[in-house]
Amino acid sequence: MPPTIIRFDGVSKVYPGGTRAVDDVSFEVFDGECITFVGPSGCGKTTTVKLLNRLVEPTAGSIYLNGQDTAGTDVIALRRNIGYVIQDVGLFPHMTVAQNIALVPRLRGWPERKRYERTEELLHLVSLDPAAFRNRYPHQLSGGQKQRVGVARGLAADPPVILMDEPFGALDPITRTQLQDEFLRLRARLKKVILFVTHDMDEAIKLGDRIAVMRSGRIAQLDTPRKILREPADPFVQNMVGRESGIKLMKLLRIADIMDPAEGMTIPADSLSEAGRRMTEAGKDILLVVDKEGRFQGALSWEQAVRGNRSGGEDLFGRACPTAEAGDRIDATLERMLKHERIWLPVVGEERKLQGVVTMTHFACFFAAGEVPSGEAS
Amino acid sequence: MSAIEYFIKNIGLVLKLTLEHIEITLIAVAISTVIGVAAGIFITRHQRAAAAVIGVAGVLYTIPSLALFGMLIPFIGIGLKPTLIALVLYSQLALIRNTYVGIIQIDPSIREAGRGMGMSNWQFLGMVELPVALPVIMAGIRTAAVMNIGTATIAAYIGAGGLGWLIFRGIASVNSDQIIAGAVPVIILAVGVDYLFILLERALTPAGLRR
Repeated sequence: MPPTIIRFDGVSKVYPGGTRAVDDVSFEVFDGECITFVGPSGCGKTTTVKLLNRLVEPTAGSIYLNGQDTAGTDVIALRRNIGYVIQDVGLFPHMTVAQNIALVPRLRGWPERKRYERTEELLHLVSLDPAAFRNRYPHQLSGGQKQRVGVARGLAADPPVILMDEPFGALDPITRTQLQDEFLRLRARLKKVILFVTHDMDEAIKLGDRIAVMRSGRIAQLDTPRKILREPADPFVQNMVGRESGIKLMKLLRIADIMDPAEGMTIPADSLSEAGRRMTEAGKDILLVVDKEGRFQGALSWEQAVRGNRSGGEDLFGRACPTAEAGDRIDATLERMLKHERIWLPVVGEERKLQGVVTMTHFACFFAAGEVPSGEAS
Repeated sequence: MSAIEYFIKNIGLVLKLTLEHIEITLIAVAISTVIGVAAGIFITRHQRAAAAVIGVAGVLYTIPSLALFGMLIPFIGIGLKPTLIALVLYSQLALIRNTYVGIIQIDPSIREAGRGMGMSNWQFLGMVELPVALPVIMAGIRTAAVMNIGTATIAAYIGAGGLGWLIFRGIASVNSDQIIAGAVPVIILAVGVDYLFILLERALTPAGLRR
């Protein structure tokens, strides 16, 4: 179990008027985790997140960051250690993109050289060309570009924790999808703890390692996307998930989750002459040809093997055999199979190393049960 | 053109009075700016006081200048001191209101981002609020400066000196050449300062805020 980074312990926020924005909330966030907070407006998700960097002070309970009670830490130092990205971005209009990004480093007293290098690095990271964007002003940017700068600014001083309050909420659907995909790519590279607020369940499912579904100041369910989709805790969560939970689950799964391993189905490329005999013995119609490193070379049918034996040729399998990547989404793979009119595909991983096979049967099992067929989860 | 003759003959006096006039205005604007901007910033932090402070500044602004001078003379006497006090009081509305509005109108998301990133109150004021509000504050200073040039003319009546002195002397002695020799430089001064401040405003507007 990775170490706990954030711990909320019986935290409440009651406003003077008596509104319970957050009501006795307790949870833990582990190292490297991204928790998405989702719920209808007014459910307390934004307030919960703002409690961490003390933009909102709790009226009860304690919040710990790396084991330290945040109430006892200097609020300015606390905030400089927590990246903050908001829906309306809030770029400073009189500062250039570079000045905006380098603000927290500047407040922390980094030397200019280091700030410059960091800015360049971050602009690359959020896919903005430094030469073109460094000296632009916020009003010269599109909405998506602004939020990229906002994200870069939040990451600037390399904070271990980042709060993101509906960062993609104001963007058009295409830009939003693009930034979500980049967010996932960034997350794979930077091990950060992220608290991500959204009102969009699909976004919560796509980006979160765990999802906190909130309702009237309380956490209705805090679980992995798969658990939330398969076993919603109550009708409220069920309702938040919506009708197409099967389709959503499918988008969540990777082909590696439903495929079968390729054991017993492979044949080394230098022993093709035995292929026909082996297929006949094992009762298989198809073998997958791999090289010495286990890289996928092609598929060999029984007819090809028998004919090849007669002609003595080794180069007899179809090299153009379509493949799926282990990390592909399963809906994308299904699409690929339909396009190529295949009922099965070999699955390859890094460097095209053969990992397994996926067939229509796997999909049929998945659709029938709404879950992974037994015995496969790798 | 006897006014021109008068002007040329008394060039030394006119220049001295013009400098005096500029001096009065400059000192008044400097003091008003410090007080007005500080008060404007203060009421952005204490918004409950905002309406009251701007209200008082508004009332001061409506008092006719001669009446205000009249009220000050029994307590402070005549000369530069009551003049400066009056000019500073008149300027407050433009300065406080512009500073307040300039800062208050900053997008709330910018405020939230600044706080959330860990800027202290002073850092946010110096690095964000004042630079962003600067064009609006400069417009307030410009209004105050132009107004002070006009009001300082009347202040000659209570012995403050300046170009008003020529005008009042001219009126008293029915010397229209003398009146014109005082009035024309005041007009030029007012229009010139207004233009100068427009240029200054433009130069001081941060590049990112120019559209």
